[in-house]
Amino acid sequence: MFYREAGQFKTTYAADQQIFPIRQDRLGMLLLLAVAFFFVPALLSEYWLKAILIPFLIFSLAALGLNILTGYAGQLSLGSAAFMAVGAFASYNFMLRIDGMPILLAFIGGGVAAALVGIAFGLPSLRIKGFYLAVATLAAQFFIVWLLTKVGWFSDYSSSGVITAQDMEILGYRFVSPEAKYLLVLSIVVVLALLAKNMVRSSVGRAWMAVRDMDVAAEVIGIRIMHTKLLAFAVSSFYCGVAGALYAFAYLGTVEPEGFSLDLSFKILFMVIIGGVGSIAGAFLGAAFIVLLPIALDVVVQQWLSGLLAPSVSSNLQLIVFGGLIIFFLIVEPHGLARLWQIGKEKLRLWPFPH
Amino acid sequence: MQFFIEVLLGGLLSGVMYSFVALGFVLIYKASGVFNFAQGAMVFAAALSFVGFQNLGLSFPLALLAAFTTMVALGILTERVVLRPLVNQPPITLFMATIGLSYVIEGLAQGFWGANVRGLELGVDDVPVQWLMDSTGIGVSSFDLFGAGVAAVLVALLALFFQYTRIGRALRAVADDHQAALSIGIPLQTIWRIVWAVAGFVALVAGLIWGARNGVSFSLTFTALKALPVLILGGFTSIPGAIVGGLIIGSTEKLAEVYLGEYVGGGIDSWFPYMMALTFLLIRPEGLFGEKHIDRV
Repeated sequence: MFYREAGQFKTTYAADQQIFPIRQDRLGMLLLLAVAFFFVPALLSEYWLKAILIPFLIFSLAALGLNILTGYAGQLSLGSAAFMAVGAFASYNFMLRIDGMPILLAFIGGGVAAALVGIAFGLPSLRIKGFYLAVATLAAQFFIVWLLTKVGWFSDYSSSGVITAQDMEILGYRFVSPEAKYLLVLSIVVVLALLAKNMVRSSVGRAWMAVRDMDVAAEVIGIRIMHTKLLAFAVSSFYCGVAGALYAFAYLGTVEPEGFSLDLSFKILFMVIIGGVGSIAGAFLGAAFIVLLPIALDVVVQQWLSGLLAPSVSSNLQLIVFGGLIIFFLIVEPHGLARLWQIGKEKLRLWPFPH
Repeated sequence: MQFFIEVLLGGLLSGVMYSFVALGFVLIYKASGVFNFAQGAMVFAAALSFVGFQNLGLSFPLALLAAFTTMVALGILTERVVLRPLVNQPPITLFMATIGLSYVIEGLAQGFWGANVRGLELGVDDVPVQWLMDSTGIGVSSFDLFGAGVAAVLVALLALFFQYTRIGRALRAVADDHQAALSIGIPLQTIWRIVWAVAGFVALVAGLIWGARNGVSFSLTFTALKALPVLILGGFTSIPGAIVGGLIIGSTEKLAEVYLGEYVGGGIDSWFPYMMALTFLLIRPEGLFGEKHIDRV
């Protein structure tokens, strides 16, 4: 009853092609954005903004990037954290070496640098597929982290490659408070997410999906495989690069290459798989799950079990529960949280009536 | 020249170690198409439980038996709890499940036995072989030779098992074609259980050799990552590939570290094997011994 599109006629092509063709979706989206932009920063505490929402948004962006590559173009990658590192260090260097560099331009520069690196490491995808490719992207993961640690120029010759991000300033306004940082990150993520949504429903996205489903067949019907795969790598790495820059500038402030470890890559892959492969909303749901789960586990362990367990035991327990929950989710809903959301919408169509 | 040979031999023998871990991957991938990321965690768990049982006062063979039983139980449990509900899911889902599994195994092993770094004693000394040292001046550790010997025996055993036993034949049938194997009445789930148990056994051997070499600590799980370039080099489905790939990766890694490392600041062994495997793949996408993949539309 609440999610019924009956009576919504599309009389123009524009109405047929709009991003959310159903009125309920449009209203819901507006409501969500209004809450995110106006109520969240006003109502939630500093801790929530700084420790949960900002990383959630940043990881959503990274997961979005990986989802474009893995979910839409079908190329498995285990190197997303390395592309984040490229974005973070490139933005830092743009800010450091060019006087009066606007911060947004530096973020874009970081994204473009990551995209170029992504294209370079995407080249093997033209020859190899599947898990061979996944292991090959591990080369990017290890090589880039090594390079950023070893070559002092990238980190302005600081010890062990640690960089401290510069202040973010747009038109004279300095983004220092958590609320300001949150709003900046939110704006960037919303713009990029809309862009991604539009990309995957355009001819580019259809080409990606054709390559994902069967690349030989896609080639036969005239899709340029090289162009399509490398574009997917470039766009995906751009998103990861911007996410990495935000990770350094808006979230942590101080980062080192080792921070962008294989574990982070796996985390982003988990977000994509748990959220839903090949779904924009899934990237957000998955990021929320993976960001919140350790925090929730932490709270549970500290509140209820703090007296009972030694710290070493509780950290192992968290490891077990985290891994166990991931397996559990994969078994219960292999298509991810986005699929649950889909099912929920189907149910809402009729509910509370039987027909 | 002498130095070169010494480095080469050292590399080859450390490559044997990578082969051990890669073997476990290959076994499972061959039989069930699962890319088992938890193999590294299994190696760690196997070594840790062996040391743990020994510390409980069990003698060497008893501890070995107990650790073996643990690994077999772990393998069977994995098949039952993780893989069976995920049958027919896309490979990437299974892969993610094994990453989750690796967290669980690491947590369980450390929670049960503690996270301290421990030594593992196999009774073979890590000293250069004297007669070889005297006659040619090349230092080769007797422990490394022992490791290589164990690898040879293990591969021979696996080959015999696969070639000449009823179960081995069934395993090869399953590896070839799941559905055809099912249709002639091979119980798929039993086969998977056996494969996971065998992989657990291989992990135990790998864990013992690795652990005796470097001590049993959490870093064992990272060393297992080195088995991945071995895999893509040798091909995911080839047991000889795992061995040859391990030897190639081990030797070139050591040679590169010694001869190239100083020019670029060292530490290149973290990525060099991957880069090498990658360049190799560009020339031969199916790996050294992998099956040539033909696409049909």
